[in-house]
Amino acid sequence: MPKLSSPNDLKEYRESIKNKTFDPDALRARVCCGTACAATGAHKVIDSFQKEAADSGVEIEIVKTGCQGICQKGPVLKIEPMNIFYQRTKPADVASIMNYSMVGNMPYRQGLYRDSILDDPIPLMNDIPFYKKQKRIALRNNGVVDPNNIDHFIAVGGYAGLEKALFSMSPDEVLNEVDKANLRGRGGAGFPAGKKWAHTKSAPGDIKLVIANGDEGDPGAFMDRSIMEGDPHGLLEGMAINAYAIGAQYGFVYVRHEYPLAVKNLKIAIKQAEELGLLGNNILGTDFSFTVDIREGAGAFVCGESTALVASIEGERGFPRPRPPRLSQPGGGAWGFPTNLNNIETFACVPIIIEKGADYFTSIGTKTSPGTKVFALTGKVKNTGLVEVPMGITLREIIFDIGGGMLGDKEFKAVQTGGPSGGCLPAENLDLKVDFDTLWAAGSMMGSGGMVVLDEDTCMVDVAKFFLSFTQSESCGKCPPCRIGTYQMLQILERITAGEGEQGDIRKLVELGQYIQKGSLCGLGQSAPNPVLSTIKYFREEYEEHIYEKYCRANVCSGTGAFVIDQNTCFRCGLCKEACAFGAVTETKTRYIIDRNACTQCKACYTACPIDAVLIKKPRHVTLEEVFKVPTEDIEIIDRRARMILKDILDKKPSAVITVTQDQTADAAVNLMAEKKVSDVLVVDDSGKLAGIFTERDVVRNIHAKINLETTPIKDIMTKQVTSFEPSTEISTAIQVIAKEGIRHLPVVEGDKIVGMITYRDLVAYVLPEVIYMAEAIY
Amino acid sequence: MKVDDVIGIVSEKLSDEQKKRGVLIHAFQSLQEEHNYLPEDVLVTLADDLGLPLSYVYSTATFYKQFYFTPRGRKIVKICTGTACHVRGASAVMDKITDEFGVKDGETTEDLAMTLETVGCIGCCGLAPVATINEDIIGEIDNKKLDSMIETIKE
Repeated sequence: MPKLSSPNDLKEYRESIKNKTFDPDALRARVCCGTACAATGAHKVIDSFQKEAADSGVEIEIVKTGCQGICQKGPVLKIEPMNIFYQRTKPADVASIMNYSMVGNMPYRQGLYRDSILDDPIPLMNDIPFYKKQKRIALRNNGVVDPNNIDHFIAVGGYAGLEKALFSMSPDEVLNEVDKANLRGRGGAGFPAGKKWAHTKSAPGDIKLVIANGDEGDPGAFMDRSIMEGDPHGLLEGMAINAYAIGAQYGFVYVRHEYPLAVKNLKIAIKQAEELGLLGNNILGTDFSFTVDIREGAGAFVCGESTALVASIEGERGFPRPRPPRLSQPGGGAWGFPTNLNNIETFACVPIIIEKGADYFTSIGTKTSPGTKVFALTGKVKNTGLVEVPMGITLREIIFDIGGGMLGDKEFKAVQTGGPSGGCLPAENLDLKVDFDTLWAAGSMMGSGGMVVLDEDTCMVDVAKFFLSFTQSESCGKCPPCRIGTYQMLQILERITAGEGEQGDIRKLVELGQYIQKGSLCGLGQSAPNPVLSTIKYFREEYEEHIYEKYCRANVCSGTGAFVIDQNTCFRCGLCKEACAFGAVTETKTRYIIDRNACTQCKACYTACPIDAVLIKKPRHVTLEEVFKVPTEDIEIIDRRARMILKDILDKKPSAVITVTQDQTADAAVNLMAEKKVSDVLVVDDSGKLAGIFTERDVVRNIHAKINLETTPIKDIMTKQVTSFEPSTEISTAIQVIAKEGIRHLPVVEGDKIVGMITYRDLVAYVLPEVIYMAEAIY
Repeated sequence: MKVDDVIGIVSEKLSDEQKKRGVLIHAFQSLQEEHNYLPEDVLVTLADDLGLPLSYVYSTATFYKQFYFTPRGRKIVKICTGTACHVRGASAVMDKITDEFGVKDGETTEDLAMTLETVGCIGCCGLAPVATINEDIIGEIDNKKLDSMIETIKE
């Protein structure tokens, strides 16, 4: 291969390969060979294509591309020039696909994508809902080029950004362009890349480094992997532009050791780029020299933190250290050289910004977060995979339009963003616009871009425990808040999910979490409590259920709930009895019964039952059902009412508020009470503010004291110490207060305004169903 | 193994001490590839060769999860317990393998046939739940695939 030593050489080279690369009329299959598709048999599909082509004598080109995104439907492939998209392709389908779409000119229906089996198949890739709302910048070459073929990359315009930077822009202009594009770090924190570059550039010293952070440790995120595997040249080009802008000579890509294919593809790409003179000494004949090496991680999550990553490159233990000095300062980077470190995805956006300009980039996305972001959409959603969307799109669009909605049409419960550092957002946040600042304000974060969708079968406490156990075991142990704090939080969560939660646990979790956030040295510790704190914020009732009712509504946590056998469903196979190790399932002539005194809530019977006849219920509900004979369907009503607030009663039974002014006589008040048939009046001052209350009790008390009601102003004899309530007070709280204080009237006040009056009778009437069932049981 | 080759071109700017430390993780990786784990005598030799304190070499090796100090099985089974796999039932896969082979997370069967491990994320979340046997990835594990997986491990 000739070494390119001028921009003209590159242009000529691009022209020369144009004829033999990606001929628009040629028959071509672009087969996804990303890790997921490879795992589902992409290479066998390719073998079949080669065999079929050889047998039939049809000349086809097979491009082994990187991840095309829709991992759930793999192996996927595209047949050109018709652009027909096939999914879940098996080697046996290949002959038909070739006959229909390559020899003939029509789609092979059985292999096409369908939303569901009832829907019509969709032949073209861009018509599929999964791809419709996507906008690909960082993933622009994924699914298009063969990552091991630099010619493919150059043919689609690769290294044009580097060429433009080297020959028509000064380093400062390059830096300004990136700064103007307001490219924010895609690794999670969203720090503007332009600012970071400028820091490193202004640091004294001749030697500078560029590091690409590919230590993608967040469980549930794999966009960096896809870029390194599917478009390694895009990453290298971004790094080279960065190096040119800040005057760096050496570059490193730090890759997780779990990603062997990424290492392999990157090594091939570096070698090819060096051979062509696009990396190494005197790039394209200029004075600019830049070399890139690969460093493999060794399985430590904390090494994704920049100072720990640098320590790891130096061959030390991956401990983070306090900043300053920052990486960009002398003494801060690897071996003390000023170092600019960005995420893989950030680098992948750079060539486009240089090639098409900052204005193009800022025209996409939102004002504060321009551009696109890649998300790894996973969990309980129909179409999982990598999606790249413009910033500012709503969570609902991502999950329901692109992701195709919930798996099995279950109910959406929450979406977890940002991996172990992020948080869980509930359904009411579905219309949030996704960008760095909005997610942060809602108590979560963009993070590296993991997006795990959770449904009603997911227990939020269990999810929080899962993330915390991850960060706890990944804590490097250097600083005590993180090392000891996360351990203590995990112990509490273990207890709660085992049905041994105690009063005060939630408060302890929140306090500990805040201490850890404040006291930890690095980002791992500072963000470790986020999943717990955000689930407490949005799903506190689930924590309370676990602690106070020993119940897990998702039936996930063992050690909680009361186990009963639904006799209407049970067909007496006896598997539950066999499964129980504690002899808690007993058999009578006609049925199986679970003895709750012997039951340890291990869930063995629940998992053994083939027809879901073992139910897990709230212990209190079971008591209501069995002791008080309340029908199951009524329990829900009772439960809902117990959770209701005073405002609900006011809405249901609007009551007139009867008021008198302070100077009116008591007699007038008594007349008013008789006339309106109420047992009390509220006394207000001149501004309409509640000043006192006058009830039947006061009437009796004053008559007994022989006070002349006709002449005495009411302000002298009213009860001045009034307990008032807010509309948001829970009914259960209100009942406790009136029982404790011995009062029967509850004025409801919002600020200074009286909004209603509730008597103890109203309360009793409201919770009557429960009272009736209990009364029936007693008599 | 040449230190400069491993470090790359940047080695021209580094001191000998920095270079020695810089190759350490790479050295562990290639030694583990050769021996399947890091035997004590190999670490002693490495420390001697590089002129680094054994305590330093050992502390670095133990920091990283990738390195093992006891022999490992011929089949390495890694169950992904990442978020996506967790919510799609990774623990059921883990339980079944644990029951079948009588080993817990991180343990090796007595005949060195297999080692069972968990991994934070393989990056195939679209196929959750996922496991790997040596280099092969098995996705969308259901009961049927679980059975065939157990057969593969036993081979």
